[in-house]
Amino acid sequence: MSSFEAGRSAYDAAIKATPERKDGMFTTLSGAPVQPLYTRADVAKLDHEHDLGLPGEFPYTRGIHATMYRGRLWTMRQFAGFGTATETNERFKYLLEHGQTGLSVAFDFPTLMGYDSDHARSRGEVGRCGVAIDSVDDMAALFAGIPMDQVSTSMTINGPAAMLFAFYIAAAERQGVSGDNLRGTIQNDILKEYHAQNSWLVGPEPSMRVITDIFKYGRDHVPQWNTVSISGYHIREAGSTAGQELAFTLADGLCYIDEGVKAGLELDDFAPRLSFFFDVHIDFFEEIAKFRAARRIWARELKKRGARNPRSMLLRTHAQTAGVSLTAQQPENNIVRTAIEALAAVLGGTQSLHTNSYDEALALPTEKAVQIALRTQQVIAYETGVPHVIDPLGGSYFVEALTDRLEAECYEYFRKIEELGGMFPAIDGGFFRREIARSSFQQQKEVESGKRKIVGVNCFESAEAAEPTLLYVDPKLEEEQKKRVQRTRAERDALKVEAALRKLEAACRSDDQNVMAALVDCARVRVTQGEMCGVCRQVWGEYRKLAAV
Amino acid sequence: MTDSNAPKPSRRHRILVAKPGLDGHDRGAKVVVRALTEAGYEVIYTGLHQDPEAVVEAALQEDVEAVGLSILSGAHMTLFPVVMEGLKREGLGDVLVFGGGIIPPQDEQELKNLGVGAIFGPGTSTQQIVEFLDRHFAAKEARGA
Repeated sequence: MSSFEAGRSAYDAAIKATPERKDGMFTTLSGAPVQPLYTRADVAKLDHEHDLGLPGEFPYTRGIHATMYRGRLWTMRQFAGFGTATETNERFKYLLEHGQTGLSVAFDFPTLMGYDSDHARSRGEVGRCGVAIDSVDDMAALFAGIPMDQVSTSMTINGPAAMLFAFYIAAAERQGVSGDNLRGTIQNDILKEYHAQNSWLVGPEPSMRVITDIFKYGRDHVPQWNTVSISGYHIREAGSTAGQELAFTLADGLCYIDEGVKAGLELDDFAPRLSFFFDVHIDFFEEIAKFRAARRIWARELKKRGARNPRSMLLRTHAQTAGVSLTAQQPENNIVRTAIEALAAVLGGTQSLHTNSYDEALALPTEKAVQIALRTQQVIAYETGVPHVIDPLGGSYFVEALTDRLEAECYEYFRKIEELGGMFPAIDGGFFRREIARSSFQQQKEVESGKRKIVGVNCFESAEAAEPTLLYVDPKLEEEQKKRVQRTRAERDALKVEAALRKLEAACRSDDQNVMAALVDCARVRVTQGEMCGVCRQVWGEYRKLAAV
Repeated sequence: MTDSNAPKPSRRHRILVAKPGLDGHDRGAKVVVRALTEAGYEVIYTGLHQDPEAVVEAALQEDVEAVGLSILSGAHMTLFPVVMEGLKREGLGDVLVFGGGIIPPQDEQELKNLGVGAIFGPGTSTQQIVEFLDRHFAAKEARGA
């Protein structure tokens, strides 16, 4: 036995003999046990060259760029949207004036679910938790005075992702900007809708067909666009653990890769345009390890699948602090939570970041709250010195051990999904939904039993109720938006609309016509998204299977 | 926060938990379904994306004594009243309606004025909801209803 090992044994015996804090729950937020101390013995199997490498080198554990934040800081991208395009356009301009470097659009539920604002199902929802976009006219208003070749825009849209992408392309044409010069992302990650986020339009198979059409269209016409943002965020927010978030998200990503190849695409032609989106929760080290494990697994899996272009193997990611970690009680404390989570995202090596506002457990954020959230990122970027060094926790016994543990858990889930017959049978059988619900209930029990502490909620409570000033979305905006879409329908050329919709239906029914191209033609002649989605529902049918699982 | 001496109902009561509107946030609703089931209630979950009229119809068909509505999309001031009016119209005015989600305090008061029994916001323990229902049903049983 070496002197180190002997010392370690003596230490372990000493610490076992000393009682630990009774109020401590010594696990990660995801329930993995955590030792009191990590030493080199815990990373004995780690091969530095093979498992870590250098930043910008395979397997990219330490970061996807050689220079990371020395070369360029992450993109500060606050998700925003409420009311009509006019209100949100003002919020976008406010954020850009305050130093934000990318835009991110939050849509309201009718837009997310593919209904026009004047549809019966849209009542009460228009402009409520995002902006209402019914047609290219609204998209043009959303970007009024914002040159679309100068900004990169992320759009959180899934079921009707192709329709909103078409509006964006057509609105840019009105500004004289061609697809070559557009930069941004559509979330377009339908798989996690079935797992967790619940805004799908049609079933998995037709959805995948439209997605592969988007890959082809993007490759040929909008080459700088990220065509899917494979998202763990919603999986985590729905209650999963960090390991489940990692595993399900990467499994989804690999499914897009495999389906793209099956549809006849060259892997290296579309894989570089896939990006990721992870949650960053309050368990500081576990989250940092999650980002590092994700990069390593993705790089290895893509290499295994025959990727030759190194860009195909890079896991580029956006991160958002955890909405579910925000509390309605003592909401100012959320500023602290968000700062810690944001720091973890930066230490994890994210490419862009949204920081939540402290009032979001109560309502959509006020301008003031959003400003504090953005300033939080700026403080980390410019004051703390954290971005000076690349992957500063690389080589930490604890962080490397956590990275390995998460990787092993991820492969265990890959194996289970395989056993169920792959992604689609696992979705159909409700596997992902049940796994997430189980973890969510487990966490709820931990909090209610007082084992898991949440400051202000189950400990250190204060009697006085919080009364921060909240954002008020005027219900009159719903009427205004209904008039906007009705005006669009009245003004446009009805014959062109009918022809474009007929072509869309034909493309949907065909095997070889590109649905995305047909949608862009629809957008140009001011077809509404409800009309486009109506065609898809008619051709492929609504999907109700998982609604009650 | 919780009161272990709260009265317990003696019968097993039926409750509908519903997600009206287009909102897809179902984490809370599912946790509540499971907690109420574990507490001895018979719980029917409508699933996602229900028209408010369909929620009323389900309450009628399933012959429930309480309806829990979960809305996090901001549409509560439109959807709660549609459900409340629908229940009255169907002669179900005595069905207890309670709710949860992201509902600001001023709206909570207005909903209570419409007859909503309770609104449970973020951070509520499921035990609080169980005790609220236990008290309601124990009192209802004591009235002989």
